[in-house]
Amino acid sequence: MKAMLRYLDGYRRETVIAPLFKMLEALFDLFVPLVMADIIDHGIAAGDTRYILLRCGLLVLLGSVGLLCSVTAQYFSAKAAVGYASSLRRALFSHIQSLSFSSLDQLGVSTLITRMTSDVNQVQNGLNLFLRLFLRSPFVVFGSLVMAFFIDGRAALIFALTIPLLSVVVFGIMRLTMPMYQRAQTGLDRVLSITRENLSGARVVRAFHKEAAETERFREANAGLARMQLRVGRLSALMNPLTYAIVNLAIVALLQTGAVNIDAGSLRQGDLIALVNYMGQVLIELVKLANLIIQVSRALASAKRIGAVLAAPAGMQFPAENRAPRPAAPGAQIAVRFSHVCLTYAGAGAESLSDISFLARRGETIGVIGGTGSGKTSLVSLIPRFYDASSGTVEVFGQPVTDYDRQTLRSRIGLVMQKTRLFSGTIRDNLRYGDAAADDAALWEALSTAQAAEFVKAKPRGLDEMVEQNGRNLSGGQRQRLAIARALVRRPDILILDDSASALDFATDAALRQAIAGLSGDMTVFIVSQRTASLMQADRILVLDDGQLVGNGTHGELLKTCAVYREIHESQFQRGGEA
Amino acid sequence: MMPRATAKREGLHAQRKTLARVLRHIRPYWPALVASVLLAALSVASQLYVPIVTGEGIDRMLGKGMVDFHGLARLLGLILAATGITALSQWLLSACNNRIAYLVSRDLRNAAIEKIQRLPLSYLDTHPAGDLVSRIIADVDSFSDGLLMSVTQLFSGVLTILGTLLFMLSVNVPIALVVVLVTPLSLVVAGFIAKRSYRHFREQSAVRGQQTAFINEMVEGQKVVQAFGREAETLERFDDINARLQKASLKAVFFSSLTNPATRFVNGIVYAGVGLVGALYAVAGGITVGQLSMFLSYANQYTKPFNEISGVVTELQNALACAARLFELLDAPEERPDAADAPVLHADGRVSLENVSFRYVPDRPLIEGLNLRVEPGQRIAIVGPTGCGKTTLINLLMRFYDVTGGTIRVAGRDIRSVSRASLRKSFGMVLQDTFLMSGTVRDNIAYGRPDATEEEIIDAAKAAYAHGFIRRLKNGYDTVIAEDGGTLSQGQKQLLCIARVMLCLPPMLILDEATSSIDTRTELRIQSAFARMMEGRTSFIVAHRLSTIREADRILVMRDGNIVEQGSHDALMAQDGFYAALYNSQFAK
Repeated sequence: MKAMLRYLDGYRRETVIAPLFKMLEALFDLFVPLVMADIIDHGIAAGDTRYILLRCGLLVLLGSVGLLCSVTAQYFSAKAAVGYASSLRRALFSHIQSLSFSSLDQLGVSTLITRMTSDVNQVQNGLNLFLRLFLRSPFVVFGSLVMAFFIDGRAALIFALTIPLLSVVVFGIMRLTMPMYQRAQTGLDRVLSITRENLSGARVVRAFHKEAAETERFREANAGLARMQLRVGRLSALMNPLTYAIVNLAIVALLQTGAVNIDAGSLRQGDLIALVNYMGQVLIELVKLANLIIQVSRALASAKRIGAVLAAPAGMQFPAENRAPRPAAPGAQIAVRFSHVCLTYAGAGAESLSDISFLARRGETIGVIGGTGSGKTSLVSLIPRFYDASSGTVEVFGQPVTDYDRQTLRSRIGLVMQKTRLFSGTIRDNLRYGDAAADDAALWEALSTAQAAEFVKAKPRGLDEMVEQNGRNLSGGQRQRLAIARALVRRPDILILDDSASALDFATDAALRQAIAGLSGDMTVFIVSQRTASLMQADRILVLDDGQLVGNGTHGELLKTCAVYREIHESQFQRGGEA
Repeated sequence: MMPRATAKREGLHAQRKTLARVLRHIRPYWPALVASVLLAALSVASQLYVPIVTGEGIDRMLGKGMVDFHGLARLLGLILAATGITALSQWLLSACNNRIAYLVSRDLRNAAIEKIQRLPLSYLDTHPAGDLVSRIIADVDSFSDGLLMSVTQLFSGVLTILGTLLFMLSVNVPIALVVVLVTPLSLVVAGFIAKRSYRHFREQSAVRGQQTAFINEMVEGQKVVQAFGREAETLERFDDINARLQKASLKAVFFSSLTNPATRFVNGIVYAGVGLVGALYAVAGGITVGQLSMFLSYANQYTKPFNEISGVVTELQNALACAARLFELLDAPEERPDAADAPVLHADGRVSLENVSFRYVPDRPLIEGLNLRVEPGQRIAIVGPTGCGKTTLINLLMRFYDVTGGTIRVAGRDIRSVSRASLRKSFGMVLQDTFLMSGTVRDNIAYGRPDATEEEIIDAAKAAYAHGFIRRLKNGYDTVIAEDGGTLSQGQKQLLCIARVMLCLPPMLILDEATSSIDTRTELRIQSAFARMMEGRTSFIVAHRLSTIREADRILVMRDGNIVEQGSHDALMAQDGFYAALYNSQFAK
């Protein structure tokens, strides 16, 4: 939490000025009842019209100066709160960009987005309110006590008794109701989730004829919610009547002691009116303070959640750029080597990869195949060091991946993920993601290798055609081919295609593989696929089954030696019955 | 000008209708409503009475030796009594209002969920779930908040204003006029500020929208950003939007926060004005000091009900708009209910389609004159390009949609003549869109048969090849899966859906791309499990993976809503038509 205050550093001046001016305003406010008392006790009593006029002028002046102070305070408080929120958002964004894939997986996309949007807004509102009220309200409360003391010592005693009593009631009720409101919120969440399930699962509900059961489940949750709301409502409804009663009791006490003092000549009517007035102000400010605390505690909860993200360790240490290892020997013939690599994802119960060892020579094409969840994606994710192996070593061009700095390692690898993701912008912008300096000729070359040149050419604006967020305006196959082109633009030493041709028809897929094979240079290519047809031509195929490497050889060899591979192949090429 | 006025009138008319309907929903709670009105009147009256008595009390203590203790004691007693009445009636008032607001929204939500179960699938398919959820949750919430606030404040606000006015006028007209004339100024000022800040708020939400979109895109695509080493450029773009947001927010936040100081200032002016006129009258002997104190106290409170009421009007309008959105849902036409005497279907595996036609949109024919006869135990595969009507056929078989022409018969009966429940229960359905309920793995498998034994559940899971991965989950069958599967992979979700159907063993099966996310090897195994299960069961299999469907007894090749070819795999391949072309495009060597 303390670490988060850092982001207020640029607004130190504002965070002092805002509450200070708010306090000044309160101070001017506090003088008003005193002036009115003077008007009554001196002006009216002496019949002095001029005095009355002057004092009323003073009231207007107090109001005007108060307005000025308060506007100043609002400005600086807004500036500090908005500025703080901006710094916080930036810090969050920058931190998210430094998180490892494993941390990203654990935190989750929707969590991160909520933290950056609604939680930061909540903090902004809370801070804004806090700067404005945290000094003002207590100041008015105690200021009233002090003023009362100046007017009449005995009356001040009544204030001194009333203020703690009111505080106990206001804060006590708040303390009791806050967790109840939270429970009610959970109840609402539950009603919401049942509603959503019944809508998106309507077909399943109806297919299994569960309409009545689902309605009953909803009604129960809904009735529970109403019960909780009523319970907390009953308690919080005590706040107003109780405080009102306490303040009026105090006023009765003020009038009684006031009467005695007036009779004795130590107090005047106007003073008594002022005292009654101060009592009213105490109540108003305490209620404001209670609201402030609710808002601020909401903001604090948000801040805590943000803090948790900020405190999440980046998850991986990369050597600093200047400590990058010597470049691989130009003749390094081994592009990738896995030695006894195991991988267990954070929070997972079992290993996703167990004791994998293999090597890929420069210029080879390596196929990776296996069933759902057999570890194909996990295996290729270790090459650009998206995750760290839990044991064993992964080497790229003779160096352990952990010795590379992030930029150097990843710039040598072109990766196309299973789930293609394009960004809003032009096709050119998207392709240049691979290499910001690439010229159009290079882009077209990559497009034609990726079998995408034709459809891009067919677009009225070619490379300048807009891609909508996540490529919504393109077909699945077009998106995949653009993603492949994007990876090719950077002319990587290692190209990884993670099941990234699944939306392509066979002919395009084959042409793509041929084009990649025909690229000059000695790029090492990893192709992950579910189809044996896509891998048959690979120099070697790695067969994974449940995280184990059960086969490593050419198509022909594997058909003879690897049962799993044969089974996969046959499931795709022959009738199950004949196999 | 005219049309706008008409539109406004129509809007008002609609609002009045909504209000009438809201009142109908409140009717069951009329005792609470009546009590609420009476209590509000009582509490306002006793509350306004206190400053008067206080003023009178002050007039009983004119100065040294001039205090009427006896009279004062009576007045203090009155204050105590009024305080007691106010406090009690306020508390009861809130209790009544809470009751009305919370129970009415509970009733509305119950009505909504019942409605959802009766709405035709066509409605649910064409209305985004998010929108309907927000009507049932957020709109009802704002409605109940608005209702609570308006019931609480509108009536008491009006009473307070009228009461205050009455009391003030009865004591001194000119001072009352000062209050009445200057107070509206605060509303004018507040309105002016609101109008100015509205512009800035719009600007702010526009920029905020841009930023949220950017954050969404970049956080979702974070792995790509990192894989391509684009962190620095991305941060730069973020900074640009962030700076613009900061500027817009500062304006919006600052301008809107001027309302309070400004109205407080106007209030101060009213107070000074009352002080001035009141004091001058007091000097002339027109009013007593105690009465002046009453005026001052009223002047302090007078703007509050005005501000509240102006808030209530917007709040009430908003609440009515929210209610109207929910009523729209409640008014949507429902599925035609089963006839009261609709017989229960006893499926025997025979299915026939006779001259069936169907269109989702009246002027866009999809399926025309479709005929099909399926004998018990046959395995029917449906293939064809996207949008050819495969899934539509399933929708019709399950009666998620009704045919627009022709008849579908199961066991010789028109499916529209039997009860929906019995029709749907005779099909086991696994869809491409896997859907799991939040709950444990066990709950989900047993969804169709909550009374299944542990053994049956595990057997079903084994048959679906789901047992293995379930065992590896942290809590096995007791693992709670979040709404819609949460952490499970798409393939695992499909396995659970298959297990769910395996447990029910219905006489007919519908598999719509049921294995699309499962690797071919596991799929083959599941197929054999299905084969065992499907023995003697009629089944319909939709798939785009042709390897999945080669074993069907009959393959229906659909194109543009028609069956263009049908027959066994070998026959169709020999025919060398559309099917053969599809097949070869996927498996050419």
